[in-house]
Amino acid sequence: MATAVLTTLDPNSRSAARGMSDLTIRNLFIIPTIVFLIVFNIFPLIYSLGYSFTDFRASSPAAANFVGLQNYRELLNDPFIWSNFAITAKYVIVSVVGQVIVGFGVALLLNRDIPLKGLLTTLLLLPMMLSMAVVGLFWKLLYDPSFGIINYTLGLGSFEWLSNPDMALYAVAITDIWMWSPFVMLLSLAGLSAVPKHLYEAAAIDRAGSFYTFFRITLPLVAPILMIAIIFRTMEAFKTFDLAYILTSQPTTEVISIRLYKMAFQEWQTGRSCALAYIVLIMILAITNIYVKYLNKVKER
Amino acid sequence: MRKTMTSMLAGIGLVLACGTSVYAQDKELTIFWAEWDPANYLQELVNLYEAESGVKVTVETTPWSDFQTKAFTEFNAKGSAYDMVVGDSQWIGAASEAGHYVDLTDFFNKHNLKEVMAPATVKYYAEYPSNSGKYWSIPAEGDAVGWSYRKDWFEDPKEMEAFKAKYGYDLGVPKDWKQLRDIAEFFHRPDEKRYGVAIYTDNSYDALVMGVENAIFSFGGELGDYATYKVDGIINSEQNVKALEAYKELYSFTPPGWAKSFFIEDNQAITENLAAMSMNYFAFFPALINEASNPNAKATGFFANPPGPNGDQFAALGGQGISVISYSQNQEEAMKFLEWFIKDETQKKWAELGGYTASAKVLESPEFQNATPYNKAFYETMFKVKDFWATPEYAELLIQMNQRVYPYITGNQGTAKEVLDSLAADWNATFKKYNRVK
Repeated sequence: MATAVLTTLDPNSRSAARGMSDLTIRNLFIIPTIVFLIVFNIFPLIYSLGYSFTDFRASSPAAANFVGLQNYRELLNDPFIWSNFAITAKYVIVSVVGQVIVGFGVALLLNRDIPLKGLLTTLLLLPMMLSMAVVGLFWKLLYDPSFGIINYTLGLGSFEWLSNPDMALYAVAITDIWMWSPFVMLLSLAGLSAVPKHLYEAAAIDRAGSFYTFFRITLPLVAPILMIAIIFRTMEAFKTFDLAYILTSQPTTEVISIRLYKMAFQEWQTGRSCALAYIVLIMILAITNIYVKYLNKVKER
Repeated sequence: MRKTMTSMLAGIGLVLACGTSVYAQDKELTIFWAEWDPANYLQELVNLYEAESGVKVTVETTPWSDFQTKAFTEFNAKGSAYDMVVGDSQWIGAASEAGHYVDLTDFFNKHNLKEVMAPATVKYYAEYPSNSGKYWSIPAEGDAVGWSYRKDWFEDPKEMEAFKAKYGYDLGVPKDWKQLRDIAEFFHRPDEKRYGVAIYTDNSYDALVMGVENAIFSFGGELGDYATYKVDGIINSEQNVKALEAYKELYSFTPPGWAKSFFIEDNQAITENLAAMSMNYFAFFPALINEASNPNAKATGFFANPPGPNGDQFAALGGQGISVISYSQNQEEAMKFLEWFIKDETQKKWAELGGYTASAKVLESPEFQNATPYNKAFYETMFKVKDFWATPEYAELLIQMNQRVYPYITGNQGTAKEVLDSLAADWNATFKKYNRVK
């Protein structure tokens, strides 16, 4: 396959005329990418791993001292950090489950011949094209207890969405669901439209009920692509920052990335925040791995 | 290809050459500050300097929530984007110990600024460590927390009668925190969409802590011993427990959704007819006497933070000093600017434009005190101010205080005593970590 690509250099092309070999062209494309990755991703990743074992503070000219596992030990013993993780987990579950239900539901509704289907789909995709900060600012107005349109429409009086510590996280999750359900919808729609029609026809001939059809035909066939949507959304929800930061400052919405931001750029505890970033990275990798394993299993079926 | 390359290089070279020559011709200074009205007044002031000296000075701003992060990111990178910064009072420890600020002690002594500027501003904006005689900033914008109130609500005969019947004394500007609480309770009428009081609650930087400090200092409490770093028995003292309880009670008389409010929301409470009284920095009061920004301008009055139960009267300090950044390439030019800035006539002009001068002479002048309805309260407050910790690890202390106090004030979690005991333990651990205490 690779050789097939490499041999397709047109002898009349400008590159060929300039005497560049296939190898040169390949390097020309690959090397900058690799250099970019090393300089901006891999190098900082390794460098920050080193920092995570020190008491380095970027705000101070003092040299960094090696402190071993102290940062990790203290972070994992800090009840505030654990509460940040618990908040993040709750947020991920509420937000991703909500997005899958809404997104998949809308995809099911759209997966039929209806007038203006294309226009409807495009309009439904608009929320995820907006900037997170803009969405946050808009929803802050919508949730406002005095003049917000949500309380007005639902007749909730002056219900405090964002100031109520028990409600604030759900309010952020609702905003996230509104913004990202279209993403799940889009992927689900792609999956749904790939389900062969003849399977439904066969099921209809066997007089299978709609529940049976959904759970035995639709869901298993859409599952792999739905899993991909879930992986993406879980990773994103785990590192969510903007929405929660803009909408509210309740301690009950202080997800782990907000705590990390404060530790790194307000307190300037650079070493310790590197350690926390590594703990978060390991968690995301673990969760993603579980998903990927499950995805492979689903694909095998 | 080679031709294109050559012409591109030539182009880049030309741009660089032009850039350098422009740079060489015009000296420019950049002052970094937060985005608020005083920064606009400062821009107006420095325009006069440009007219006099030909040196263009730009005041660059960023929102308050980013100010600390952005400034320190630039300092840590040893960036020369800013020549001077009007930095927050609590930064002075972090910025001076890390070598970000130029030592201004000689400049300070040469111009006898210890006498020229109001004593509180010298102590909190300029000197670090405390009583060391080392100075890092020139007090630029004096500021403290004060209160605005709705004169028309207070002076309504029906309200006055009902108030007297309920509380047994005349309705008026609160003479202590007890009266402040009573008045807040009296005007708190959610059915009429009128509420008692607007206070600071935002926990993303120092708003909530400043609000709580007003109660703590006036109840006779302290945050700790700034010289020995002792906190146990001080931050969790009996006065502080009472002060925190009083602040929490005030929160119950705030408008709905008041859990993330700072200066914008607190001024809105007055302009939008939401609250009878509102806590805010004096720096935000010019907007309240301006009819374009406050439809109730004529009916808005002001008072200084009232005393606590034992008669102690203090207010949380705001405000900033102007410092020269060590990495600036125009330090000489910046010092020349400061020479101009501390002149009496410049300070007078600064006050006229709306800036809160720290110059004692201008502050004491009847001209200044009668210029606005709140200048007198400002003058009085500036001699009764206290501030947060200014140690390099102040940001950690601030976040710890937010983490402990915020859930108690807005979310009914724990008791004031538990909260302050935990905070004492947190602070103690932090001071141990930095070897300030054994």
